[in-house]
Amino acid sequence: MNGFNGGLLSALALTVGLGGVATAEPDDDSLTINGEIAIVTEAAAPAHLEYVDTVYSGWRFRSDETQAVQMDDFDNPGMLGVELGIEQWSAVDGSEGESCASCHGDVEDMAGVKAVYPKWNEGAGEVRTIEMQINDCRKTRMGAEEWKYNGGEMTNTVALLASVSRGLPVNVAIDGPAQSTWEKGKEIYYTRYGQLELSCANCHEDNYGNMIRADHLSQGQINGFPTYRLKNTKLNTVHDRFRGCIRDTRAHTFSVASPEFIALELYVTSRGNGLSVEGPSVRN
Amino acid sequence: MRKLLMVSAALAVTASAGWSEAIMPASVSFDDGAVASSISGQPGDPEAGRLVMNKGAGNCIACHEVSVLSEWPFHGEVGPALDGVGDRWSEAELRGIVSNAKMMFPETMMPSFYKTDGYIRPGNAFTGKAAEGELEPLLTAQQIEDVVAFLLTLKE
Ligand code: HEC
Ligand code: HEC
Repeated sequence: MNGFNGGLLSALALTVGLGGVATAEPDDDSLTINGEIAIVTEAAAPAHLEYVDTVYSGWRFRSDETQAVQMDDFDNPGMLGVELGIEQWSAVDGSEGESCASCHGDVEDMAGVKAVYPKWNEGAGEVRTIEMQINDCRKTRMGAEEWKYNGGEMTNTVALLASVSRGLPVNVAIDGPAQSTWEKGKEIYYTRYGQLELSCANCHEDNYGNMIRADHLSQGQINGFPTYRLKNTKLNTVHDRFRGCIRDTRAHTFSVASPEFIALELYVTSRGNGLSVEGPSVRN
Repeated sequence: MRKLLMVSAALAVTASAGWSEAIMPASVSFDDGAVASSISGQPGDPEAGRLVMNKGAGNCIACHEVSVLSEWPFHGEVGPALDGVGDRWSEAELRGIVSNAKMMFPETMMPSFYKTDGYIRPGNAFTGKAAEGELEPLLTAQQIEDVVAFLLTLKE
């Protein structure tokens, strides 16, 4: 649990150094999508969080212009991925003549599913991300090829499943059989990787609200994934974001779909328990 | 012409001899977080140090605000503003902080700019791939001295 005390120490030094200037705050805006889906962007931190009282969606740290793009589905380019996901939902593929819809019915019936992933799968004896579950359905039930973990078809389908859960609270289980995976993710979160020796916590726990060069640091929550980024004009996956942040510490990153990133995804998701599912969100 | 070439070759040799007098990262000795004398064996150049504050491996203003560098946009807020550090700290202390801030402030978020070992999963610069061979420190011995010389100009 590297960097625990360090986080605290430097946070203290920081307050002193800045002469108590209170910059570490998100803005006060509130988010309702399409004038009807109320999104909880601020919540009491889940009990397992030791150093944070309140959790905030990354939306609260973005500029008014970026925020606005997510407030209406006609403006949100991430919804184009959702549209493609809808087509795939009922498209028959593979040797069994099945589509997602043949087992799961209307996609609206999947409301609430995204909110509890990653999740322990009893039969497989492992924590599964929603991508892993989707690929398991494709392989074992449809007799279809697995999709590339962070490829377009997969990400559009994850965006679709997120979109029908919007407004519902993130609520992943961290106890029972999921606990050891969660602990592993927590350890990764607090490890100072790379030649810059920075942990996720250094930036997203000790310094959220502060500027790091031109970036306004958020809490690095993943309730809004997949995320449409104005910077690369596409839907971005959780694991690609993790990879980017670790790369920026001059570190050798873990790979997409690795056990490390699955564990980290469970842990980071649990830091946002109580926030609304918000994907596909819009960020810069 | 030939003679001139030979002279400049000789100069280059002298210069690299100067470099080899730099103290290697693992051999720098810290006393209460401070480093007593130049690690490059040469004095620092504040103008060169000024540039390191902005671009490349230094990028100090990613985390620190510095009023006299306001020509460059977007100064960070992660560390304290550096205005007046030349009054607050001695040359030896600043050299220690810039070389390896963790000696002065245990566990600080500030990266260690003159260190080459002890990293977890060090990468090959910003490629995300594993580092190959021996790591270079983030800044050279002379860049450390240049930055220190610049910081010493920051007086209230
Ligand atoms: C050197 C600083 C730094 C470190 C270390 C870092 N990040 Fe980030 N991260 C950023 C910046 C800058 C952004 C973009 C602004 C923002 O949303 O905070 C970002 C964005 C994110 C986002 C997107 C948030 C959103 O609302 O879309 C996630 C998720 C994230 N980081 C997770 C992590 C995790 C997990 C780690 C550790 C494995 C990590 N970060 C390490 C700087 C960092
Ligand atoms: C990733 C963030 C980060 C970067 C990059 C960074 N620093 Fe720092 N620096 C800090 C923090 C945080 C502190 C406060 C010390 C502590 O943690 O107690 C600090 C403290 C200092 C201090 C002491 C300031 C005072 O008023 O006491 C100096 C001097 C300093 N840094 C210089 C530099 C220079 C020069 C560079 C670039 C070569 C640099 N820093 C890069 C984060 C950073």
